[in-house]
Amino acid sequence: MTESAPQTLQRPLQRRAIALVSGGLDSMLAVKVMQEQGIHVEGVNFFTGFCVEGHTHAIRKKDKDKNKRNNALWVAEQLGIKLHIVDISEEYKDVVLNPKHGYGANLNPCLDCKIFMVNKATLMLNKARELAGEKGFDFIITGEVVGQRPKSQRKETMPIISRESGADDRLLRPLSAKNLPETLPEREGWVDRSQLHDFSGRNRKPQMALAKRFGLDDFAQPAGGCCFLTDESYSRKLADLWQARNERRYELDDIMLLKVGRHIRPAPHYKLIISREEGENRFLEGYRYQFTSITTSSCPGPLALIDGKLESDHELRQAAAIVARYSKGRTDDEVVVEVRDPSGVVRQLPVRPATPDQVSPEWMV
Amino acid sequence: MSHHELDARRLLCPMPVIKTQNQVNTLQQGDTLTVICTDPGALNDIPAWCRINGHAVLETREEGHEVRVTLEIGEPSIAL
Repeated sequence: MTESAPQTLQRPLQRRAIALVSGGLDSMLAVKVMQEQGIHVEGVNFFTGFCVEGHTHAIRKKDKDKNKRNNALWVAEQLGIKLHIVDISEEYKDVVLNPKHGYGANLNPCLDCKIFMVNKATLMLNKARELAGEKGFDFIITGEVVGQRPKSQRKETMPIISRESGADDRLLRPLSAKNLPETLPEREGWVDRSQLHDFSGRNRKPQMALAKRFGLDDFAQPAGGCCFLTDESYSRKLADLWQARNERRYELDDIMLLKVGRHIRPAPHYKLIISREEGENRFLEGYRYQFTSITTSSCPGPLALIDGKLESDHELRQAAAIVARYSKGRTDDEVVVEVRDPSGVVRQLPVRPATPDQVSPEWMV
Repeated sequence: MSHHELDARRLLCPMPVIKTQNQVNTLQQGDTLTVICTDPGALNDIPAWCRINGHAVLETREEGHEVRVTLEIGEPSIAL
């Protein structure tokens, strides 16, 4: 009697994917679809400086009831995945300043942005494969849906993203995969194509139905997406900044400050950033070591930063009068303001608050 | 095992989390780190980041306008 060789059951290798997690519903669903197929997923969230996040709500009192959570972190926790948050704000400047594929309706370089992010994820994937071999990552997933966004999510642009990012057929879009050519994970049998989706267009009903099936009933739905560059008013302020500087450049502080306060530009060479409430006051206080600031000392009032340089005493008094206009003493004959330079030297200045007709609507950025 | 401190004051979400993550990547399992922030969102975000990445939150504390989160580093993961 011959003995049969003992049979060893070899478990198939669990495949691993990097997911681009924005914090919105689509990337959340894409991860769920992969998890359902037994794929190990870890998330990556890129910080560009333009991200719409809970911090804006954290600054303003009127938003105190809004959620202050970081949506990407919250999503990762709901999905039970690790999340790597990566600061790409410095490298991202080139995407904003020189988008090869141009802007969308505002200063949003959506197609270049997506190529850039998938490229960053591809580099991470390659690095992880080098460092960790089979414990590295096999492919990248995104929540992109064909036809959902006019600039970056069109049938023609999907292959551009795959190609120009360097991800090629290691980029899988689980929500729209059936509308697109087969990718490596499908061909290799790591992922079952028949269980992927064929969502397309701007109709969100299929996503809502899938969310319901997964039992997801709480997710972020920010109007205009998760990027300030899609916002008209924000883009106008950024364009104003470039115009005032005669060059298209910015620092991280510049773009953070565009999210806060009233921006009033009485002259091309300077603007006032005036807080609208206590929370913004506190936020702007952090910048008093970089900017000359003005606040009222004889009555409660806002804190204002001067971005640029005041060229005369007349301009200083004009700026002070505008700040006084937004204080509790706006109807008083005189308000005393405190002008502080970045080194901490303070000067008191009595001024008559500006009247409404002395603040031109054209100065409002 | 050693204790470390990270000054993340005046940084807005998600920078306190990013700074925390980057510092954690340089530390050893069992080390502790106190992160000091002025962004109130950090009170939720840093513990959330710790939970999903396998680090223990030892204490969260609000002192005036400051938030302090102390964590203990868990198992290292691939630093992407």
